[in-house]
Amino acid sequence: MRQTRAIELGTGLFVLLGFAALFFLVTQITNREFGLGGDGYRLTATFEQVGGLKPGAPVSMSGVTIGRVESIEYDFNEYRARVTLRINPSYDRIPDDSDAGILTAGLLGGQYLGIGPGSSETFLADGDQIQFTQSAIVLENLISKFLFSRAGEQQPAEGSAEEDTQ
Amino acid sequence: MPAPIVRELIESTLDALRALGAYALFAVRLAAETPRALLRFGLVVEQVHNAGALSLVIIMLSGLFVGMVLGLQGFDLLQRFGSEESLGTAAALGLLKELGPVITALLFAGRAGTALASELGLMRATDQLAAMEMMAVDPVRRVVMPRFLGGVIAMPLLAAIFSMIGIYGAQLVGVQLMGVDAGQFWSQMRDVVEFDDVIEGALKSVVFGVACSLVAVYEGYHSVPTAEGVGRATTRTVVISSVSVLLLDYMLTAVMI
Repeated sequence: MRQTRAIELGTGLFVLLGFAALFFLVTQITNREFGLGGDGYRLTATFEQVGGLKPGAPVSMSGVTIGRVESIEYDFNEYRARVTLRINPSYDRIPDDSDAGILTAGLLGGQYLGIGPGSSETFLADGDQIQFTQSAIVLENLISKFLFSRAGEQQPAEGSAEEDTQ
Repeated sequence: MPAPIVRELIESTLDALRALGAYALFAVRLAAETPRALLRFGLVVEQVHNAGALSLVIIMLSGLFVGMVLGLQGFDLLQRFGSEESLGTAAALGLLKELGPVITALLFAGRAGTALASELGLMRATDQLAAMEMMAVDPVRRVVMPRFLGGVIAMPLLAAIFSMIGIYGAQLVGVQLMGVDAGQFWSQMRDVVEFDDVIEGALKSVVFGVACSLVAVYEGYHSVPTAEGVGRATTRTVVISSVSVLLLDYMLTAVMI
């Protein structure tokens, strides 16, 4: 009898340790936050270009995380990307003329959504849309713009040089 | 002249096919018995103890050293790209998705699988299974099922413990020894590793648990009732479990990635 109790005790400890490890992996290793799923209010914003933004990315104001990106869809009425944000309920005083932009953390870091506060006295509530948005910067477009502008500058310069020699 | 070779080839192919069929039928039988076996939970608890709690030391020790090696190798590799801060992410993803489930399954096959196979083989060799049948006790229900379920329950828990200890091992080497910033180590890990990665690892270890336990139980139960037969069953358990774990790992990764 004593032996079976020892076995049961050992097994209980083992199972407890196993589940503790699983809990540790879920809560400490991932950015999953429990208890936040249901609460918080939703805002939407439409963007020309969302770049590498992904659901679960942080929404931040002045670097403080105030919520997460819930979903990203393509809106065929506006022909723009529609991003749904879930904002922590304690941050409920975002002015309704605030602007949202898709920014990059570090050189190769993940993209996040930054909100810059406006100066309006009325605040955004559940279901509202952020009017002013700034799209993600696509590096390839930036580089091609830069290259074309350089090429445009150089051609007249070469032309004038030729005129001088003639 | 080639006739005997061809016949041998056909025979061995048929043998392999027959073995596969026998495994499948045995698996179906075990699956059908599962609900009833769960009702007699005391027997299962005893086997969770045998397969899981007694494997704890070897799993924890291996996890620590695998994590430490990962910390060392990962640091050396990432340093060349100037991104040592990603060490936490690399170690956590490697352990959660691959090393945790696979090495746990291999160690499990060596530690618990052989014990199961030789125990069942000896029961067969000493006619204990036949005696049970004489008493109208179904040996599959009374002896095989609890051992199978014990292994299936123990494996995911062991893999989770392995990954957790491994991450701490990587942190020990990376942060304490090599001087990676502790804050960056943990925060990068948290940013990149998703809930789905944990689920993927857990799913893998459940599948490996079923595979390893099935092989051990099958080989033990169907062993030739001699001293040599029991030894051979034990060897086959390790070989078949290890190969099938690696094979299943590739297939699962290809499906889930």
